[in-house]
Amino acid sequence: MEASKVIHAIYTDDDVLMSAVKKVKAERHHIEEIYTPFPVHGLDKAMGLAPTRIAITSFMYGCVGLTVAIVMMNFIMIKDWPQDIGGKPSFSYLENMPAFVPIMFELTVFFAAHLMVITFYLRSRMWPFKKAENPDPRTTDDHFLMEIAVHNNESELTSLLKDTGAVEINIVDKDEDAH
Amino acid sequence: MEYKISNRLRIGAFILMILGAIGVASGFYSSHEVNEGNITEYLANEHHGHGDAHATESHGESHGESASHGEDSHSNDAHGGMTEHEEHALHQIHNRPYSALYVAAFFFFMIALGVLAFYAIQYAAQAGWSPVLFRIMEGITSYVLPGGLIVLAIAFVADSHLFIWLKEGMTVEGHENYDKLVAGKASWLNKPWFFIRGLIFLGGWSLYRYFSRKFSIAQDNANDNRNFKKNFRISAAFLVFYIYTESMMSWDWIMSVDPHWFSTLFGWYVFASMFVSGITVIAMVTIYLKSKGLLEFVNDSHIHDLAKFMFGISIFWTYLWFSQFMLIWYSNIPEEVTYFVTRIEDYKLPFFGMLAMNFIFPLLLLMNSDYKRINWFVIMTGIVILCGHYIDVFNMIMPATVGERWFIGVPEISSILLFGGLFLFIVFTALGKAPLLAKRNPFMKESEHFHY
Repeated sequence: MEASKVIHAIYTDDDVLMSAVKKVKAERHHIEEIYTPFPVHGLDKAMGLAPTRIAITSFMYGCVGLTVAIVMMNFIMIKDWPQDIGGKPSFSYLENMPAFVPIMFELTVFFAAHLMVITFYLRSRMWPFKKAENPDPRTTDDHFLMEIAVHNNESELTSLLKDTGAVEINIVDKDEDAH
Repeated sequence: MEYKISNRLRIGAFILMILGAIGVASGFYSSHEVNEGNITEYLANEHHGHGDAHATESHGESHGESASHGEDSHSNDAHGGMTEHEEHALHQIHNRPYSALYVAAFFFFMIALGVLAFYAIQYAAQAGWSPVLFRIMEGITSYVLPGGLIVLAIAFVADSHLFIWLKEGMTVEGHENYDKLVAGKASWLNKPWFFIRGLIFLGGWSLYRYFSRKFSIAQDNANDNRNFKKNFRISAAFLVFYIYTESMMSWDWIMSVDPHWFSTLFGWYVFASMFVSGITVIAMVTIYLKSKGLLEFVNDSHIHDLAKFMFGISIFWTYLWFSQFMLIWYSNIPEEVTYFVTRIEDYKLPFFGMLAMNFIFPLLLLMNSDYKRINWFVIMTGIVILCGHYIDVFNMIMPATVGERWFIGVPEISSILLFGGLFLFIVFTALGKAPLLAKRNPFMKESEHFHY
């Protein structure tokens, strides 16, 4: 990355932020990142972020869980040791299936939920001893920060961002190790 | 935004009703062609004529049962010249057109009642998304009163063809039909009390529907929200009344066809069935009217929400179905389990087929968020759900009345046409009686701009 300088525009209102995003997008500047204290409804759309595919992964994990449950109980209860337990028909999986449904259901949900959460952590790079990537601590409380890379157009960008209602504009050297 | 039932729809509805009526009449005629005189011959023909498949498949098991039954109690002693088996078969043959009529009548009635419950919930919960759909729901609920009266009328006419506990002498000790278990329930299951109860239920539901509609119309031209508040209050009260009476109605109108069997979950189960069918019909009518360009204020998000309800309540229905089935299957107590034994033996395809239609199909098709916004997708899934819930009602009634002699043939399909036509006619006529957008509802602005 040759652009080691970024511009930080700070806003104090999410509505102002939204219109600023639209304006910056209209001027065809690439927004690197936006930091907000809470989810701003519609921000992803305004930024033009691609929709998440996490629900699709969850569905697939659920299918895995269901398969695990079926294979496991078919092996244990039907193949390995088909004991007569209280007269339940252990001749084939289908015949005794109602008794397995609660486990099939729970394992499906278990896999779908947990693996999806882990996927989320991996994809968003979150783990217990992760160094926080916060350029300005105020963005966790009541400020919004938009980060735009600078390509020798400092003054132009600054005046554009001033127009959008930024309360503070900083040009900072990007610390590459922060990621 | 004004809607008038189109001539094409009206004529279509009448054609359905006429075709249905002809079919129903022919069903009654052909079932009564078989009588005490020719039943022996009929059964003999059935066995030889239909070939091995039929004889072994559906009759194999039940024959064993009825044969041993015959030996135990009556051996082959004659009832007016008929054997026990012949009498049994004759009853089933005669019950079929009544049951077919009853199943279809109840199915369309329960759609309207399910919509009424949904409507009341929207008011009581002060939902912000649904007020634009209120007039559609009000149109559909106009079928509650006529539909309910028809169900009761069929029950009255069919009498012991549907409800075995209405048979002569069931509660008279020493009578040949005496049944100790039925006699024990006679204080609840007796004809006058059954119909008084039915009329009380129906009266309560119709009163709510009458007043909520009245207040809803009055709100259109009011200067304040008094009517809305009244509607809120009566909706909350109605929901309390409804959940009790719906439960009792399901014991009376459905569970009592098997008077030896009982299930505590049954009321909820029937409720889930009517709720999901009702929501499906709301979605389908909405999409139909929208396709005519009459509902500009309804957007994809409304359809999305309805589809979510179809999806969620389908799963809720399955949950209840499975809970009822699995509890009984697991403990396998003979007095309870016969209910499912007869269904699995004689109704294998409809019994498990409805599970595919009511659960797997909507589960896979409506899981995707994008698909819930595609109209033809919702309609297609809706058709499958409605067919599935017709079969659900079919599975609840038929095994008790016609046993293994079921078929979805002329009497069943004609009954669906008859009541389907009536339903369409009443609902769409009612839809034309008021503007399709309820005005001045405090949540209307929110609902019009609803966006998910």
